Amino acid sequence: MKPDNILLSVKNVVKHFDITGGFLDQIKFKNGRIGLEKISVKAVNDVSFFVKKGEVLGVVGESGCGKSTIARVIMGLYPPNSGEIYYDGKRIDNLTHEQMLPFRKKMQMIFQDPYASLNPRKTVQQTLEEPLRFHHPEFSNKEIKDKIEEVMDQVGVDPAWIKRYPHEFSGGQRQRISIARGLILDPEFIVADEPVSALDVSIQAQILNLLMKAGRERNLTYLFITHDLSVVRHISTRVAVMYLGTICELAKSLDLFANPRHPYTKALLSAIPVVGEKRAKHIKLKGEVPTPVELPTGCVFHARCVYADERCSTQVPLLRTLDNGSSVACHAVEENRITA
Amino acid sequence: MSHLLQINDLEVKFALRTGDITAIDGIRFTLDRGEKLGLVGESGAGKSVTGFSIINLLSKPGYISKGKIFFQGNEISSYPNEKMRKIRGNAISMIFQDPMMTLNPVFTVGFQMIETIQAHREISKANARKIALEKLKKVHIPSPEKRLEQYPHELSGGMRQRIIIAISLLTDPAIIIADEPTTALDVTIQAEIMDLLQELCASDNMALILITHDLGVVSQVTEKIAVMYAGKIIEYGSTDQVVKHPVHPYTEGLIKSIPGTLIKHGEDLVQIPGMMPTLTNIPPGCAFNPRCYLKESICTQKTPELRDMGQGVQAACHVKQRGNRQNNNEAG
Repeated sequence: MKPDNILLSVKNVVKHFDITGGFLDQIKFKNGRIGLEKISVKAVNDVSFFVKKGEVLGVVGESGCGKSTIARVIMGLYPPNSGEIYYDGKRIDNLTHEQMLPFRKKMQMIFQDPYASLNPRKTVQQTLEEPLRFHHPEFSNKEIKDKIEEVMDQVGVDPAWIKRYPHEFSGGQRQRISIARGLILDPEFIVADEPVSALDVSIQAQILNLLMKAGRERNLTYLFITHDLSVVRHISTRVAVMYLGTICELAKSLDLFANPRHPYTKALLSAIPVVGEKRAKHIKLKGEVPTPVELPTGCVFHARCVYADERCSTQVPLLRTLDNGSSVACHAVEENRITA
Repeated sequence: MSHLLQINDLEVKFALRTGDITAIDGIRFTLDRGEKLGLVGESGAGKSVTGFSIINLLSKPGYISKGKIFFQGNEISSYPNEKMRKIRGNAISMIFQDPMMTLNPVFTVGFQMIETIQAHREISKANARKIALEKLKKVHIPSPEKRLEQYPHELSGGMRQRIIIAISLLTDPAIIIADEPTTALDVTIQAEIMDLLQELCASDNMALILITHDLGVVSQVTEKIAVMYAGKIIEYGSTDQVVKHPVHPYTEGLIKSIPGTLIKHGEDLVQIPGMMPTLTNIPPGCAFNPRCYLKESICTQKTPELRDMGQGVQAACHVKQRGNRQNNNEAG
């Protein structure tokens, strides 16, 4: 594959959050000595992947698996503890605020809750013109107005409502407005963090169609984060499945859903309730998701996995590419202990 | 024989300063022992209000303006609060969406469970504790003795929801009303909770009203389904039939708008244009008519009634009902 096909690549990114608190909280008595100890949430651990131009990379996983953290690290909202992020071949995770500005224009984010992500004291016009005035000080008032109308039209909100406040709109319309804010700078890359999770099913379909349409018309690249597996199956080109801060499987959407390889992916997919299918047998997992504060040794999934053996509890499995192009991080798959 | 639960033309209004608005507009359904009914619809359709009105938990401006609710042959909708308290949480239990909000954070699980039993029965603390333990085992909670001493924040979301279910089982209810019981939970935990509810209904011959927006969940768990739109039931019948061959255009749209059901990967989803009207602003005639692809002039003039459409399904749609009549005439 030509490297110039790759828009974004994430290399060995680690993000831990310190939750120890103040100095006194750090003091611990251990082995007869007093020492300082930090407690951290290991949200993202050594995650690497790339996003190709024009594709939709879906990231799925259950709550707490680190999918939103990785999105925020990519956008520069959180600095990573280690690892590198490249956008269009240029490293962006160590840039200063000024150096980052041109990238912010190209990378935009859409958030989950349109009730929280729009400023309630700003009209639609103010919300949409702020990024334009900031990034394009050379634009005239007329140009700004035209641009706002064009984008509002595109997302299906009547430009006549430009003077209204967010509370005057329904949830679906608010999400359209936050998509408009994401599109107004003509970005190349959009990180959508659960953009339809707060919406009703019939509205969800409208917004997904809108995102797909905008993607086609503007040749956008998406990083699409969601916990909803049917949404991700529908819209993604490739899908990364995350568990406890690591990617356990990354494959083409159709391959992943037709033939999941990792034991966690299998269990996750079997739990999706399908309309019109009665009591599909789902794979039961042992126990619960461990906390990201004390990560299990070896494979993070081993305590819940029926295929786990000695090696799984000591050695961390790496993402390995299989014959069909899927990547799986599982010793059992590598050793052919899991058939099909 | 009378039904376990029977709801006749229930109408619920909310008294606002600007006048009354109708949240539930003449709904009717029945529930028998061991039966599982799914109440589906989008936010604001009146699903939760229906659940609340069954156990008379409507909060202040809301009141039952018409219709009756019968439980085991008794008209419970006219019971005073004192009398209703003997049924609520006892013979009819309710499970709510957010397991963190339902449990009291300052009391242990054991305290809350024993309190519930003692509120409904003359029983010693030691015996109540035994029942609590037995129910915790029933919902497959590991090391139940330990859980009784724990506080809600020490437990995971899935565990909390299991405890809530255990609490609702303490008094051996005949009906459990579950209002979006898995919406706040992850999909693998959702599957486990749904398995558990099904298992309990089967083993105790309990009836379940499952209120949810998720058609996938409903079609896996329930035998009967009622689809609600703007305060009305617009389609009612066997879940299998409704989900596979929806009659009402709204049900049809709802099913087709779910990714991965009928539409191929990456293609546009079928979308229902517009959104559900607010209760203050329900259009005349069929409430769905501004969004409907089958709309005719009669739809804006006359409100359709739920009518039998064959295959054990009832639907409220003028156009489909006429088609059905014509088919029957040709057949007859």
